[in-house]
Amino acid sequence: MGMGEVKQAESYRERIARRAAQEIADGMIINLGIGIPTLVADYIPKEKHVLFHAENGILGTGPSPAPGEENPNLCNAGGFPVTLVRGASFFDSTTAFGIIRRGKLDMTILGALEVSERGDIANWIVPGKRVPGMGGAMELAQKAKKVMVLTTHLDKNGRSKIVRECSLPLTAKACANLIITDMAVMQVRSDGLYLLEVMHPYTVGDVIGATEAELKLDGEVGVYR
Amino acid sequence: MRNQNPFDKVVPIEEALRHFHDGMVLMVGGFGGVGNPPSLIQGILDKNVKDLTLISNDTAFPQIGVGKLVTERRVKRVIASHIGSNPNAGAQMTAGELEVEFCPQGILAERIRAGGVGLGGILSDIGIGTIAEEGKQKVTVGGKTYLLETPLTAEVAIVHAKRADRLGNLIYDTSARNFNPLVAMAGDLTIVEADEIVETGELDPEEIVTPGVFVDMIVQSEGVNWRWAWEK
Repeated sequence: MGMGEVKQAESYRERIARRAAQEIADGMIINLGIGIPTLVADYIPKEKHVLFHAENGILGTGPSPAPGEENPNLCNAGGFPVTLVRGASFFDSTTAFGIIRRGKLDMTILGALEVSERGDIANWIVPGKRVPGMGGAMELAQKAKKVMVLTTHLDKNGRSKIVRECSLPLTAKACANLIITDMAVMQVRSDGLYLLEVMHPYTVGDVIGATEAELKLDGEVGVYR
Repeated sequence: MRNQNPFDKVVPIEEALRHFHDGMVLMVGGFGGVGNPPSLIQGILDKNVKDLTLISNDTAFPQIGVGKLVTERRVKRVIASHIGSNPNAGAQMTAGELEVEFCPQGILAERIRAGGVGLGGILSDIGIGTIAEEGKQKVTVGGKTYLLETPLTAEVAIVHAKRADRLGNLIYDTSARNFNPLVAMAGDLTIVEADEIVETGELDPEEIVTPGVFVDMIVQSEGVNWRWAWEK
């Protein structure tokens, strides 16, 4: 990824991506959103069979091509050149979303501006400030079998992005299953949001203190390093 | 002048550009600039066509594809799923200079397809419980509630194909297919820009993605005339 910077100690983004990759099971069809979700591909063990879906019409994207090997038309939904894996296919945008709505997508990994304790996700508009549009996020959040949110725990102003009730317009209701942040791993269950793990060196107290949503505990909280 | 053979739809770009006018509804295939037809877009810019209603997945990037139409302020209204990669679109929207109707991407694709295949609309549950449902009629089928999504067509639809035969049968290149086959069906007049034009009969019928019946005109592409965002 790099952008030319020197390889440093693992960033919080990379740790989130590494933790997220643990959730990926053999045989999954997965859509990766832009940002931290894109990094997850780097942490999936080679022996696992997964197919990546790109909503611009590819099933079976592979790693970035070597410089000079790019086909400018062969890009992921973020606009970056990709390669293909064996068995890849191309299709138009209705089929790309048919795959999602029909329930063929096992997992989508998204970023978010806010996630509520019931799993509501807001990630497409900050009215009056930033209005990029929803792109394919509504379909992905509403229809993927499993929805994993990767985000910083706090926004730029230090406010919890994990909230009781989203204040921003929603992308989809009650859709998130697992939330992984730089502070914690949280699971949305029918009776609330559970703190499963804290990211080292944060403590359970740190995470509860930094989270606006009510965090429930179910047995011992793990520590992810 | 059109060619004598009605099944030979190849025309000089000047003839195609006669069909673009101020205030028109224009639909454009592509995704993030990939699959936008570069020569036709340049023609629209050169002809000073303005006040466009643009139906397109997105507004690409400021100097790429349909993004240039926004940057050069030729668009007054856009129906799209995403404008985030073109800051000019957001700025014009905030300033009240550009009207934007957002539509979830897969639903936008289906609305275009619905227009293109003569359907009166489609039913979907995408966006229920969000602001995307505002103003839409709800329809209950088999006990489930859906939103009625209306079809989209355009006065002119422009698409970018890898290869066209003279009849207008089309093949696309990799992920530049995206919205193009849908947009090709939804134009009252559909103009194709092709990287390569071959004689009718040279394309394998099994491989044709868009049948030529949807295509009215074909122009030769001059190729992409922008640098991609990843080309640094």
